Amino acid sequence: MIHVENLYKKFGKNQVLSGLDLTIDQGGIFAILGPNGSGKTTLIKAILGMVIPNEGSISVLNTTIKNKWKYRQEINYLPQIANFPGNLKVRELIAMIKDIRQKPSEEENLIALFGLEPFLDKKLSNLSGGTKQKVNIVLTFMFNSPLIVLDEPTTGLDPLALIHLKELIFKEKAKGKTFLITSHIMQFVEEVSDEVVYLLEGKIYFKGSIEQLKTKTEETTFEHAIAAISTYNHHD
Amino acid sequence: MRSRWSYVYFLFYLLLGFVLLFLNNELSKAVITLMNVIIVLVPLIGTIFGVMYYYNSKEFTELLLAQPIKRSSIFLGQYLGVAGSLTMSLVLGLGIPFVLYGLFQSNAIWDFSLLLITGAFLTLIFTALAFNIALSNENKIKGFGYAVLAWLFLAVIYDGLFLMSLIVFEEYPLDSLSLAATMFNPIDLSRTLILLKLDISALLGYTGAIFKQFFGTGLGLVISICMLLLWTVLPIWRLGHIAKRKDF
Ligand SMILES: Nc1ncnc2c1ncn2[C@@H]1O[C@H](COP(=O)(O)OP(=O)(O)OP(=O)(O)O)[C@@H](O)[C@H]1O
Ligand SMILES: [Mg+2]
Repeated sequence: MIHVENLYKKFGKNQVLSGLDLTIDQGGIFAILGPNGSGKTTLIKAILGMVIPNEGSISVLNTTIKNKWKYRQEINYLPQIANFPGNLKVRELIAMIKDIRQKPSEEENLIALFGLEPFLDKKLSNLSGGTKQKVNIVLTFMFNSPLIVLDEPTTGLDPLALIHLKELIFKEKAKGKTFLITSHIMQFVEEVSDEVVYLLEGKIYFKGSIEQLKTKTEETTFEHAIAAISTYNHHD
Repeated sequence: MRSRWSYVYFLFYLLLGFVLLFLNNELSKAVITLMNVIIVLVPLIGTIFGVMYYYNSKEFTELLLAQPIKRSSIFLGQYLGVAGSLTMSLVLGLGIPFVLYGLFQSNAIWDFSLLLITGAFLTLIFTALAFNIALSNENKIKGFGYAVLAWLFLAVIYDGLFLMSLIVFEEYPLDSLSLAATMFNPIDLSRTLILLKLDISALLGYTGAIFKQFFGTGLGLVISICMLLLWTVLPIWRLGHIAKRKDF
């Protein structure tokens, strides 16, 4: 599904990714974890072609993505910070994205699921953070694509919306979709993910199931295992 | 946003056209006044609109970048949207009053057409320069500042420096220097082009005279149009080039 090889990226003097290799197979939910600023968003944006790597190659669905754009038709992406054009109405934004994608979409159900009907004619700049995130989720899930990339999907959501989000994720997973998710909410990660990928110092520091991570760190809870792994390399 | 402002811009030119014709009462004289306005104002408007549009549609751009759209189409589309609507406003805004005033029956029609073509070139050039500057500067204030400085330099400072160099290097043959100096400034180039066509030696100035002496009127026109074309193509090409490499 996704194959990343020897990926290097630096912003100015800040080396964010240094020789990262990662293979994501089709089907299942992969959580990308790592401290703030470890390069999770950078990796995701490189896969989407929004960040241009200094070195290395990325292929998605068996084609190298360099200078390509059509493959994005197969990806649904939820950005970490929903920076929408503020002067658009929610309805207009949805229509616009549909127009670009030219794919069948099922936004009505999603709008109803997240109770967004009252906001359809509001401008995006006037929405609360959580409501914006719900719009973000609707835009991401309304198309049927094999790869779904969610950068901090839980940000700002109320408990009910969070439950709906998890249901959505499981429903899509059952259809054989592949997910790439970043989150700092360990409980959420533990609930949804099949495999975790831990990013540290520009490389994949750990990749495997949560059980394997617990064994490796000799911790009994996932949260402690993650805490342990982030201090690991200071010891050895 | 874009359409509202290009409307205002259109009305401004409409008004300008009518006022000039009213004051000058003669088409060919109005053309000269118009040239002086166009040569300074059109680049300024192109610069400001270009920069503002780029920064204002940043969120929009980011949204599009994650969609199945080619990068160069996103940026060229935005550029052509701004430059195109500015050009339309200019051509229609000035065209309507002049046509109503009997442009088609007058012999100023070619002069006037050339004026509009030059205006269109200047819009394309300066909007492209502005987009270049904005794309290379994350910081809005800096980008805006550099873009206005670039305009100020080409519209005002350049001529000053040029005149100074003429005085300083008085004893040397300066023909090729001044030819080059004109070529490297789209505003000077436009002015020379129009004055060559109008064939007003008194206004032609030093460079214009050299231009005429060097190339003759016909070749001079062709060469300056080619240079304007180059001035248009290069920044647009660079725009696509930066856009391809930029991180979002
Ligand atoms: N466009 C950019 N220009 C310059 N530096 C950037 C850019 N994008 C990211 N960075 C830097 O790259 C580093 C990694 O950022 P990134 O957003 O990938 O981290 P992250 O792992 O997603 O963090 P978080 O958990 O806070 O979301 C940071 O130091 C950040 O400042
Ligand atoms: Mg991030």
